[in-house]
Amino acid sequence: MAYSDKVLDHYENPRNVGVLDKSDPNVGTGMVGAPACGDVMKLQIRVNEQGVIEDAKFKTYGCGSAIASSSLLTEWVKGKTIEEAGKIKNTQIAEELALPPVKIHCSVLAEDAIKAAIADYQTKAGTKGSKADAA
Amino acid sequence: MPVYLDYNATTPLDPRALEAMLPFLTEHHGNPSSVHRFGRTARSAVDRAREQVAGLVGAQPGQVIFTSGGTEANNLAIKGVAALNRPGHVVIGATEHPSVAESAASLGEEGWRVVALPVDGDGRLVEPAIEPALSLRPALVSVMWANNETGVVQDVASLSARVREHGGLMHTDAVQAAGKIEVDFAASGVNLMSLSAHKINGPKGVGALIVDKSVEIRPMLHGGGQEKNRRSGTENVAAIVGFGAAAGLAKSRLADYRARLKTLRDRLESELCELDGIEIFGARVERLPNTVCFGAAGIDGETLLLGLDRAGIAVSSGSACSSSHREPSPVLRAMGIEPGLALGAIRVSLGFGSTGQDIEDFMTVLTMQWRQLRRMTGRAVGQA
Amino acid sequence: MKKPIYLDYSATTPVDPRVAEKMCQHLTPDGNFGNPASRSHPFGWHAEEAVEEARAHVAALIGADAKEIVWTSGATESDNLAIKGVANFYGKKGKHIVTCKTEHKAVLDTCRQLEREGFEVTYLDPEPNGLLDLEKLKAAIRPETILVSVMHVNNEIGVIQDIAAIGKIARERGALFHCDAAQSTGKVPIDVNAMNVDLMSLSAHKTYGPKGIGALYVRRKPRVRLEAQMHGGGHERGMRSGTLAPHQCVGMGEAFRYAKLEMAAEIERIRGLRDRMLNALKDMPEVYVNGDLERRVAHNLNMSFNFVEGESLIMALKDIAVSSGSACTSASLEPSYVLRALGRNDELAHSSIRFTFGRFTTQEEVDYAAALVKEKVAKLRELSPLWEMHQEGVDLSKVQWAAH
Repeated sequence: MAYSDKVLDHYENPRNVGVLDKSDPNVGTGMVGAPACGDVMKLQIRVNEQGVIEDAKFKTYGCGSAIASSSLLTEWVKGKTIEEAGKIKNTQIAEELALPPVKIHCSVLAEDAIKAAIADYQTKAGTKGSKADAA
Repeated sequence: MPVYLDYNATTPLDPRALEAMLPFLTEHHGNPSSVHRFGRTARSAVDRAREQVAGLVGAQPGQVIFTSGGTEANNLAIKGVAALNRPGHVVIGATEHPSVAESAASLGEEGWRVVALPVDGDGRLVEPAIEPALSLRPALVSVMWANNETGVVQDVASLSARVREHGGLMHTDAVQAAGKIEVDFAASGVNLMSLSAHKINGPKGVGALIVDKSVEIRPMLHGGGQEKNRRSGTENVAAIVGFGAAAGLAKSRLADYRARLKTLRDRLESELCELDGIEIFGARVERLPNTVCFGAAGIDGETLLLGLDRAGIAVSSGSACSSSHREPSPVLRAMGIEPGLALGAIRVSLGFGSTGQDIEDFMTVLTMQWRQLRRMTGRAVGQA
Repeated sequence: MKKPIYLDYSATTPVDPRVAEKMCQHLTPDGNFGNPASRSHPFGWHAEEAVEEARAHVAALIGADAKEIVWTSGATESDNLAIKGVANFYGKKGKHIVTCKTEHKAVLDTCRQLEREGFEVTYLDPEPNGLLDLEKLKAAIRPETILVSVMHVNNEIGVIQDIAAIGKIARERGALFHCDAAQSTGKVPIDVNAMNVDLMSLSAHKTYGPKGIGALYVRRKPRVRLEAQMHGGGHERGMRSGTLAPHQCVGMGEAFRYAKLEMAAEIERIRGLRDRMLNALKDMPEVYVNGDLERRVAHNLNMSFNFVEGESLIMALKDIAVSSGSACTSASLEPSYVLRALGRNDELAHSSIRFTFGRFTTQEEVDYAAALVKEKVAKLRELSPLWEMHQEGVDLSKVQWAAH
């Protein structure tokens, strides 16, 4: 299976690997996928009072395309409002990374991950104090 | 060095094809199914060869299924189509290669009926027999593009159009035709076409079945899922690369092939005609430019062959596959050639290595043998 | 040291240069290019002689008679011919076949095809070490069982089944025994008579011969019958038609000749390399060897690196050519069915890498590979949310995963 240069770049130098404080009310965490399926993505965003994503971090267990998809996504969402970030489509990711058909699910997973992170943040913002776990 | 005039049995590997193959035996030895660099190198070489083979016969690369040779391609075409259809009729030509005829016959157990289209004395399909056979609405019709023994060429394109009208699929065994005459998969309208590498100066052990994308076939070999699940088994990478190279060469020199070999063949035939009692089969119809099949009345082919062999001339008495049997060739029998003449049949087939000197050597030996045998059998006939 | 380093000898091997040289004698224009079926001239005779000499070499490696060897296009065809050939010929006697879940796809997919045609197939579970429990095998064989098919050496985990015992059980119960030995030639001594084997599939390209050629051993005493699967011309005693490729046959013969001569010494050298790799990796946390370590061929090491996904690890290891699972299935996203059959969970099955060493592997290459694996596993674990959870003491098996 041939990987595109962009996948290889993100895979070899993944951007924004790391962890944000899950208990911070401004942090939304999305974890999607399952080990049994061969990929798990954890995506975290920190959202400021204007609703803009200030920081994003990820960790991914999965193939090169899954790692690249999540790495690319963290780059894209930074500086976007959560509304904008929520509109990112998997097809944009797949296109940017030139994913082959068998790897499209990696981009789907990334889209799911940002949506889950946003949902987690919104749950927390809506029900201040109570802890929600996206997992 | 003996004179080789049996190019329809097999051809020597072109040194350029060999050169292309060698790195894939040792240095680039990857399994094309592997994802690492060794595998990818092998994979892209197979893909390149697929383009070259498709290019030779006007097909798309995606239509090429590599097999272990022409025999497997023919088996796969016939059994592969039959397995996905309810048993009915299969129509084949009367002069098909055993791999087509026997594959079709093997379907009998599953309830299929095989109809053989008769040929005339020239080896061409008998027109009035075609329509009744097609009216049986056969699931598959298989007629070879050119015959291995006589070189007689069938009008595959017009037949395939009629088969299509009757809702059937058309397969053609183009093992002997490809690389010798213009063969165009798309233009001919056939659905399946068999090819072999070693008849076009490629290596033995590799061939291909070209399959129209609309046609589904059941694989014969299961397990591994190679060739888009239609032919499992690790790809024979080096041989496939050799096939590709040979196909590329064959395409580039098709015009040259015809010009050179037809000149040689015509010269041979005009000399043959000077010996009386010799009949050239299929001479009145379109034939491959490299093939002459002739009979000599009252002469036993086997004896003639041995004599030719002792003098260092390699020809054959029919197809190589069946040359251990001592019966008149089924092809000639189907053409209605009388057994006495058919038993004396000799096939001379030329190739790129053939020279005027080869023809001369052959004629010298043949003339001598022919005279001797004529005297002997003449006496024998006289005694009987 | 040339990179990438090839550690995928079970996927395929390079042709030994000595073998390639012999093959070339049948490929060059001044060599012998005849069709072995041509009976009317020396081009054909010489080709046939070469094919027969090669047949004898193949037979010698497995203790068979040359007459019992049928050439095929490879082990996949051999497996198909053996199983379908027996099923078609003996189908009236019975329609039950016993095999194992860890067989090669060529056996499993062929059995699946026969199931569609009305045969019944029992797929035995191996024990967690990859080996068959012979009592379970005995229990599975019934009066109407016509064939038992069990591989000699597994392609993914390298474990060696007790073929002699399996053959004895099959024979006592009146079933024929087919053994896929594609992965064992040159790696384990084989004697078809001592092992009670009736049919054995062989491949050239796993033993330093060319791709595109294999053979099927078909026992003559007592005679095993097969229905041919490939028709036309009646080559190979009617069991397999098609023009033989002398250079291919010669390549396989020569490769098997060297295998017989050099096997004993080669195995010991390769075992040293394999153990060196194992010793370098075994002390890493959360690393598991898949399959029995004792009853295993010397050149195979299959390990799971927990919390790291296999494909991304292979990508990280681009300087070494290895595989996750078998080559035939490595383009798919499924975890290895062999590891699943051993009872490995999906995570460990997804995290497996097969290292297979061979004739041209050097110690320097092994050391380089071991260091690279350690480094890349550590790097990917830093990236892995599962590793992080494991470090935090989360029991991953208790987590409710969002399915997708």
